[in-house]
Amino acid sequence: MPTFLVDVLGNGPLYESTFRLAAVLAFAAIGEWVAQRAGTINLSVEAMLLAGHFAAALSFTSVASIPLAMAVGAVAGIAVAGVQAEFSHRLAADQFGIGLSLNVLVLGVAAYVHPRLDLDTRLAGQVRVPLLADLPVVGPALFAQRWPMYLVYVLVPAAWYLVHRTNWGLEVRASGEDPQAADVSGVDVNARRRQAILVAGLASGLGGAVYLFGQVGRFESGNIGGKGIIAIAAVIFGGWRLRGAVAGCLLFGYVDALRLNLPLILGHSLNGQLLASLPFVATIVVVAVFVRRTRQPGALAKPFVRGLK
Amino acid sequence: MNGVRLTRFGTGAAGREVAALYVACIAVALAISMAVVEASGRSWLQAASALLDGAVLSDGRWGETLRRTAPLLMVAAGSSVAARAGVFNIGQEGQVLVGAMGSAFVLTLVHPGGMLPMFAGLLLGAATGGAWAGIAGVLHVTRRIPVVLTTLLLVYLAPQLAAFALSRSELLRSTEPGAQDRLLQSSPVVPGSRLGIIEVFGNRFPASVPVAVVVAAGLAWMLARTTWGFRLSMLGLNPRVAQRAGASQARDGMAAILVSGSTAGLAGAMMLAGGESQHQFSAGFASGAGWDGLLVALVARNNPLVAIPVALVFAGLRSGSTFLSVAGIEAVLVDVVRALLVVALFIPPAIGAVLHRRRAVAAITERI
Repeated sequence: MPTFLVDVLGNGPLYESTFRLAAVLAFAAIGEWVAQRAGTINLSVEAMLLAGHFAAALSFTSVASIPLAMAVGAVAGIAVAGVQAEFSHRLAADQFGIGLSLNVLVLGVAAYVHPRLDLDTRLAGQVRVPLLADLPVVGPALFAQRWPMYLVYVLVPAAWYLVHRTNWGLEVRASGEDPQAADVSGVDVNARRRQAILVAGLASGLGGAVYLFGQVGRFESGNIGGKGIIAIAAVIFGGWRLRGAVAGCLLFGYVDALRLNLPLILGHSLNGQLLASLPFVATIVVVAVFVRRTRQPGALAKPFVRGLK
Repeated sequence: MNGVRLTRFGTGAAGREVAALYVACIAVALAISMAVVEASGRSWLQAASALLDGAVLSDGRWGETLRRTAPLLMVAAGSSVAARAGVFNIGQEGQVLVGAMGSAFVLTLVHPGGMLPMFAGLLLGAATGGAWAGIAGVLHVTRRIPVVLTTLLLVYLAPQLAAFALSRSELLRSTEPGAQDRLLQSSPVVPGSRLGIIEVFGNRFPASVPVAVVVAAGLAWMLARTTWGFRLSMLGLNPRVAQRAGASQARDGMAAILVSGSTAGLAGAMMLAGGESQHQFSAGFASGAGWDGLLVALVARNNPLVAIPVALVFAGLRSGSTFLSVAGIEAVLVDVVRALLVVALFIPPAIGAVLHRRRAVAAITERI
C-alpha cells in the first residue's frame, strides 16, 4: 500500500474530526429522515440547525448552563419546524418555497442581530469512556468526545424505535408511502406530517446546539453553511433507511474531515477550490452512484389534499 | 404542484377576502420588520426612509432599481417554467454565476468588442447556465435523484468553479498590472461588448431591462398559449395523465429545466454585460440575484407576468439596502424584511384555497 494511504487510513485525528463532523450531520439527518418518511422534503433543516445554534449561543450567554442552552436550542429548532409544518401541511403552501424562505429568514435574523450581541460561549468538557476510548485508531474518535456529542448514540436508536416500533411511526410511514390509503384507514395524514417535521426540528435544533458546544465553541452565522443540505443528501444516499442515512453522514463527515486534514497529512498544500468543493462533488457523485430509487417513499414531496390525487 | 392551483379566485366575496388577507399579511410582515429594527436600537422611520430614498426617491435611483430588476425577472420567469412542469429547480444562484462566468470568457477576453462578441457571449452564458442546470436534469432523468437536492448542491459548487477559473491567468484572471494581488476578479468587459445604456429622466439602466420584460412576456405566452406550455402544466399537475396524453417526463421535464437554467445563465451574462460590479466577474458575482429571482417566482405563483411587479419590489429592497448602510443600519436587514414578506405572501392564497374548499364541501353536502 502506498505510504500516503497508510497515513490517511491510519490517522486517528482524521477519524476524530470525521466523527465530530458526522455527528452534527447525523442530528439533522435523523430528523430529516423522519420528515421524509412522512413525505416531506424538509429544506428548512438548514434553518433549524442555525436556529438551534444561535439560540443555544444566546441562552448560554445569559444562563451559562450547557444543558439548558441545548434545551433552548432544541426549542428554537421546533419553533422553526412549527412554521414550516403549519405552512406546508395545514395551509398547503409550497413546502420548498417555505423551507427556502425560512433558511433566508433565520440566516438574515442571525446575521443582523449577531454583530451587536456580545456572545460568550465555550466548548463543553471532554468525557472519556473508559476502556472503549483505548481502542486503536477509532477509539478516541468514538469515545473521547465532548459530552454533548454522545447524545447522537441515544438519538439514533430512539428515532428508529419511534418510526419502526410505535403506532405513530407506522402512521408516519403510511402517510409518506400512500397518503390516500392512510387517510382511508383513519390516519390524519397532514397531522402526522406536521408532527414528523416537529421531530425534525427537535433533532436539528439539538444538532445545532451540539455543534456549538461540541465542536466550534463560538457562534458565527456562517457556521452551518450547507450542512443541512448535505444531511438531506445523506438521507437520500441512505435509501431512506436510518442506518443508510447514518452511513451517509459518516461518509460525508469523512470527506469533510479529509478536506480539513488532507493538507496536514500530506504535508503540502492542495488547490483550495478543489478542497472546498470536495464535500459537494463527493455528495453528488456518491448519491448518483448509490441512490436506490425503489425505496423512495411513494408520496415524497407530494402534498396531500383529501379528495385530490 | 400543490393542488391549490386547481382553484381560481379573484372574483366575488372570496376574491375580496383574499385581497384583504394580502393587505393584512403584508402589514404584519412590515410590523415585525419594524419591531426587529426597533429591538436592535434603530429607528424604523429612519430605516424606511433610507430604503425609499435608495430605491426610488433620490436622483437616478429608480434607474438603479430597474437595473437590478432585470436579472430577478429573468430568473423568475425561467424558474416558473420549470416549476409549472413539476421540476423544482432551486439552483438559480449557481446557474446565474456559471452563466456569467461562461459569458466572461467571450465578453472580457475577445478584443475588439462589438455586437458579434456581445451576442456570442450572452449566448454562451445562457448555454453554460443551462448546462449547469442540465447536470441536475440528467441525474434526475437517469437516476431519479430529486432535482431539489442536486441543484442546491450545485449552488455550493459554483463559486468554487468560478474561483478556480479566476485563479488562473490562462482562464479568467485579470492580467492587468497591479491586479495580481487584488481580490480575484476578471478584467472588465471589453467596452465594445457592453450592453447599451438607456437614459430616461436622468435615470440610467442597461438594455437588459427591456430584454427581461420580453423574456418574461414570451415565457408567459409560451406557458399559456402553446401546446408545449400546456404539456408542461399537465406534467406538473398530474404526471400520469400527462404521460398518457403523450408528454414525456424525461424529455419535457428535461427541456423545462434547461429553459430555466439558461434563462438564469442569460440573466448572469446580462448582469456582467450590463455593468454589475464594474463589468468585472468575481466568485461572489451573483450576490443573491438567483435566490431573489427564485423567491420572486414563488411569490408570483409561477406566473411570469405577475413576476414583473414582484421583481420590482424585490429589486427596490436591494437598491434601497445600499442606503441603509449609509444610515448606519446593516444591509442584511433587507434579507429579514424580504424573507418575512415572502412568508407572509404565502398565507393569503393558501387560506383562500382552504376557504374555497370548505365552501365547495359545504355546497356538496347541502345538495345531498
